Amino acid sequence: MVHDPFKDSASGNTLSAPPSPTDYMKDSIFRSFAYFCALSIILLVAYIVFELGSQALPAIKDHGLGFITGTTWDTNQNEFGVLPEIWGTLYSSLLALLIGGGLGVAIAIFLTQGFMHAKVEVMFRTIIELLAAIPSVVYGLWGIYVLIPLIRPAAHWLHETFGWFPLFSTDLSGPGLAPAALVLAIMILPTVAAISADAFRRIPYKVKEAAYGMGATKWEVILKVMLPTASSGILAGLVLGFGRALGETMALAMLIGNVNDISVSLFAPANTLASLLASTFPEAGQIEIQALMYASLVLLLITFVVNVAGLAVQQYTMRKFEGKK
Amino acid sequence: MNMQTETGEFIAKKYEPKGPVVLDCYVKNIYYGDFRAVRDTTIPVEKNKVTGFIGPSGCGKSTVLRSMNRMNDLIDSFRFEGHIQYHDHDIYSKKVDAVIVRRYIGMVFQLPNPFSMSIYDNVAFGLRLNGYKGDEEEMVVKALKRAAIWNDVKDKLKNSGLSLSGGQQQRLCIARAIATEPDVLLMDEPCSALDPIATRQIEELMVELKQHYSVALVTHNMQQAMRVADVTAFLGVDISNGGRTGYLVEMDDTKKIFEDPQQLLTKQYVRGEFS
Repeated sequence: MVHDPFKDSASGNTLSAPPSPTDYMKDSIFRSFAYFCALSIILLVAYIVFELGSQALPAIKDHGLGFITGTTWDTNQNEFGVLPEIWGTLYSSLLALLIGGGLGVAIAIFLTQGFMHAKVEVMFRTIIELLAAIPSVVYGLWGIYVLIPLIRPAAHWLHETFGWFPLFSTDLSGPGLAPAALVLAIMILPTVAAISADAFRRIPYKVKEAAYGMGATKWEVILKVMLPTASSGILAGLVLGFGRALGETMALAMLIGNVNDISVSLFAPANTLASLLASTFPEAGQIEIQALMYASLVLLLITFVVNVAGLAVQQYTMRKFEGKK
Repeated sequence: MNMQTETGEFIAKKYEPKGPVVLDCYVKNIYYGDFRAVRDTTIPVEKNKVTGFIGPSGCGKSTVLRSMNRMNDLIDSFRFEGHIQYHDHDIYSKKVDAVIVRRYIGMVFQLPNPFSMSIYDNVAFGLRLNGYKGDEEEMVVKALKRAAIWNDVKDKLKNSGLSLSGGQQQRLCIARAIATEPDVLLMDEPCSALDPIATRQIEELMVELKQHYSVALVTHNMQQAMRVADVTAFLGVDISNGGRTGYLVEMDDTKKIFEDPQQLLTKQYVRGEFS
């Protein structure tokens, strides 16, 4: 029986009644289920890390930190190093973040700040969300057959004219960092645009009103008020987009050239961790698989660090701009 | 004798301003799409006075106030017929940019709406917008002091404006609005979200502000109009023909409106018979 001390003292004709035992039971069942779900996520992550770690253990013992600083990947000599892949992963993702992030935020502003009619806006939004639905292998094919031929003349010209500049120091021979980063930028663009647009839409109307009420022009309203107000949401979008770029595999394996070189040139072929894993696994022997497991641990660690750092920056902007603890 | 339009609609007797007029507002009609929100309302806002707007909900007092610095331009379906003369220039003239209007005619809104930036930056926002070249910090401190919030925030100017309580936020917004010394200040129920103490402070501020500027104040609180307004306009709602159109019923010195109103509707309203 449910303990109800008020029943007797309340006026006789009240309809108030305590929750029934079944109500309480549903409550506790739902609570246990929620706890279970939350816990299983933590367990799953822990299990993945543990499994990867134990499979990679022989490689970790063999190569130690030299794995991270080494620059050759040679199965015959049992020499494994992923520095070029780490470099390629971070370089291509940062480039993609620069291009795709900038474009994504610009699109979000364009979509939400009253530049067009509501119906046109819905159409635009659908098209941008469609970008996210295109499989990455299709992006890869498009990159090979459309993008690379398209940017080759420009790349060639840049190399010929500004060859002394490190970014253009090599010619684009086919696959390379530039086409890979451009395709990555397009792939993360919908994520950044959608999340940033949500952040802009969440800004209460009264804030926009206040900005216009001060006599700000449209540009000033967007740049000085809306952008800082939406900044924590925009950052969340950028972090998610960057995370996606770090882990993107198929399109990159097709476009980046899979060459273990470290070069700042935009047109040089390179390699990324994810693309290394995808292209090496099918033919790998046992020793190499252990090394690949080690490489995937490194990728996991990079993604983790990026996410935590992103979260920290986001918390900081929230505290600074929105006064939240 | 009451005046009437050709269609027999009531028009209020014109209020004869006793001093110079800063904002001469004549609304023929205000429409939102097909909806006629306000009609035939003439309200001159006098220099160095507080002009109060009272009336029941939906009488269009906020709409008229927001027309005075073209805030309603943000609403697509808004249409204004009439003219509002600011020092002899029609602010609705095609040649006038609404942005410039809002720099001279500032506004304080019903709900506090500080920006997501530090307290200091909030107040300095308008100064920077207007390209103020003098001592920015001095002006910020001055505005905060006049808005009666300096003592609350002097040690945390770097904190976000949103970290303050509701009443403090509203005073911050007032500081933001007066930092650039706008010629006219429009206040749209600025105390409706405040507790009595904060309300008191803001009312005192309004009385002080009118030494320098002209204030137009929309309020739902008749006592507030009695306490701070020099002149009061009473707007009513016309619900005949299924519409809901606000119009000016009577405008006069505040004392006269509350003690000896000429219109029956005004009399009933100030007695609290409807709201």
